[in-house]
Amino acid sequence: MSDWRDHLVILPVLLPLVTGALMLLFDERRRVLKALMGVAATLLLVAVAIALFRLVDVDSTQVYRVGDWPAPFGIVLVGDRLSAVMVLLAAVVGLASLLFSLARWDRAGPRFHSLLQFLLMGVNGAFLTGDLFNLFVFFEVFLAASYGLALHGSGTARVRAGLHYIAVNLTASLLFLIGASLLYGITGTLNMADLAARVPGVAPEDRALLEAGAAILGIAFLVKAGMWPLCFWLPTTYGAASAPVAASFAILTKIGVYAVLRMGLLLFGDEAGASAGFGREWLVIGGLVTLGFGMIGVLASQELSRLAAFSLLVSSGTLLAAIGVGDAAVTGAALYYLVASTLGVSAFFLLIELVERGRKPGADMLAVTAEAFGEIDDEAASEEEVGIAIPATMALLGLSFVCCAMLVAGLPPLPGFIAKFALLSALLEPNPIKPTAWVMLVLLMLSGLAAIVAMGRAGVRIFWGSQEGRPPRVRVIEMTPIVLLLAMSAMLTLQAGPAMRYLQDAADALHHPRGYIDGVLGSR
Amino acid sequence: MNELIVALAIGVLTGCGTWLLLRPRTFQVVIGLSLLSYAVNLFILAMGRLRAGAAPIVEAGAAANPAAYTDPLPQALVLTAIVISFAMTALLLVVLLAARGLTGTDHVDGRETDE
Repeated sequence: MSDWRDHLVILPVLLPLVTGALMLLFDERRRVLKALMGVAATLLLVAVAIALFRLVDVDSTQVYRVGDWPAPFGIVLVGDRLSAVMVLLAAVVGLASLLFSLARWDRAGPRFHSLLQFLLMGVNGAFLTGDLFNLFVFFEVFLAASYGLALHGSGTARVRAGLHYIAVNLTASLLFLIGASLLYGITGTLNMADLAARVPGVAPEDRALLEAGAAILGIAFLVKAGMWPLCFWLPTTYGAASAPVAASFAILTKIGVYAVLRMGLLLFGDEAGASAGFGREWLVIGGLVTLGFGMIGVLASQELSRLAAFSLLVSSGTLLAAIGVGDAAVTGAALYYLVASTLGVSAFFLLIELVERGRKPGADMLAVTAEAFGEIDDEAASEEEVGIAIPATMALLGLSFVCCAMLVAGLPPLPGFIAKFALLSALLEPNPIKPTAWVMLVLLMLSGLAAIVAMGRAGVRIFWGSQEGRPPRVRVIEMTPIVLLLAMSAMLTLQAGPAMRYLQDAADALHHPRGYIDGVLGSR
Repeated sequence: MNELIVALAIGVLTGCGTWLLLRPRTFQVVIGLSLLSYAVNLFILAMGRLRAGAAPIVEAGAAANPAAYTDPLPQALVLTAIVISFAMTALLLVVLLAARGLTGTDHVDGRETDE
């Protein structure tokens, strides 16, 4: 444990924790200092995530024993390809939200920077932990931060949506506890790898109870992932949240998807004995219904932010249905889709605020809240004109809007298309093709069409309609994260081969968890 | 006998909590969530098998016979769960008060239903 790389797995948790805690020591008026700390820590987090990403490609299961107790007794953090990809994605989305918020949103309420760091800590911890109860704790950490962030900027709409969000997620947390303790009662362990090793040997009379526990746990995850009918809180909360917060929340639904993927394949993979494949048909059906529901929601949305929230549901539904198929090739394509759609939707959430700024009185709420925190505003006013207004703003906004639309709808040349193509080609691989594969094909095509119709309609209204007043003032710091996210997705297209290979390796490892189990339990 | 009492307690708490959770007033929802979290804490404890008169901590120096002790892990889990649910309830109360102040009603949707 002398090499710094041995501690790489815990750094994505420690770094945001320490940064967020340090920020609390400084007065709320030291805004520049906090912003600098936040940006530096998040950049460092991206670097750490890249290092982890490369490390696990060489040596696939990195086990970190917290407290140095051997695996089934102590808590372990486990870094593998899937975790590394998710941590990197979270870091990039977090960086984009943070940069965007620097222009004005971080002044709309107290403690924004700390809360964002704690959110990243919880998210990274949830991706890296190898212990079920520890997963619960990290869920609570990022949920607690997300409650604060969802209410960031205050206002009636946010508080009303926040109340529902908190109540629903508290109930889901209680279900999580019931499911986790049932699994513990049956198997006598909470370590994920140990659980996976013990599930095939569970006595037949206990099997029903085990499956009930897993199903309750699954419901807790699916509330986060936003599967219909557990998703009604999602569009309202995400639509009401401020732009940078909504963009960082795009990763939160993916945690639910991640947990379903990880636990589902560990506990009920093909090597799990009598319970193998438990719950998959429910995932497929639920995912397809979610896909349909999200599609209708996208078409029916009046506001752009709700449209973005519903396209998040579309992506959740697609992922859940693809995971439910339970085939390594489909899972690999689904992971590619996950990365592409998360980047696209977060860029879209950020872009919406800029586009709507000139049109709707969304800025009014900001003005009101800025007044409520008047003592910050004095200092802020002197720095108001640091950035320069971009010339030809509307052209750039329009171009980004088109890119987002192509990414969300899945049109070439952006990775949304490659993802859907890979997904469909993997779905249509087996012979004979399953009926659910045809349903999914139709729904995927239709959801792409719905996204194009809805976003085309909105785009025409915004960019080609008559301009009322001046174009919105947009600063470089607000445009940078959007361009960053879109450039990342362009990179994903250019490097589609290596990216696909990496994600396919991740999916293969998930479907054959022997390496994971031996890696965790054999670590001495 | 113990099992029956604990099972009844969990059942009654869960039933009351669920009913209150579905009520339209924010205060009822908070109480419902608290009752549910008590029920869940008892449930976690029960999952470590109920055992009266056994300590969870091995005495220093004594030869450890696992059969003489109760499972310490659920107790640690319950402790964590209590702290977390307590903090979350406090947070929910703050949001509840904010919602009451902003919307002028204690209905969970922020407006009264037309009746």
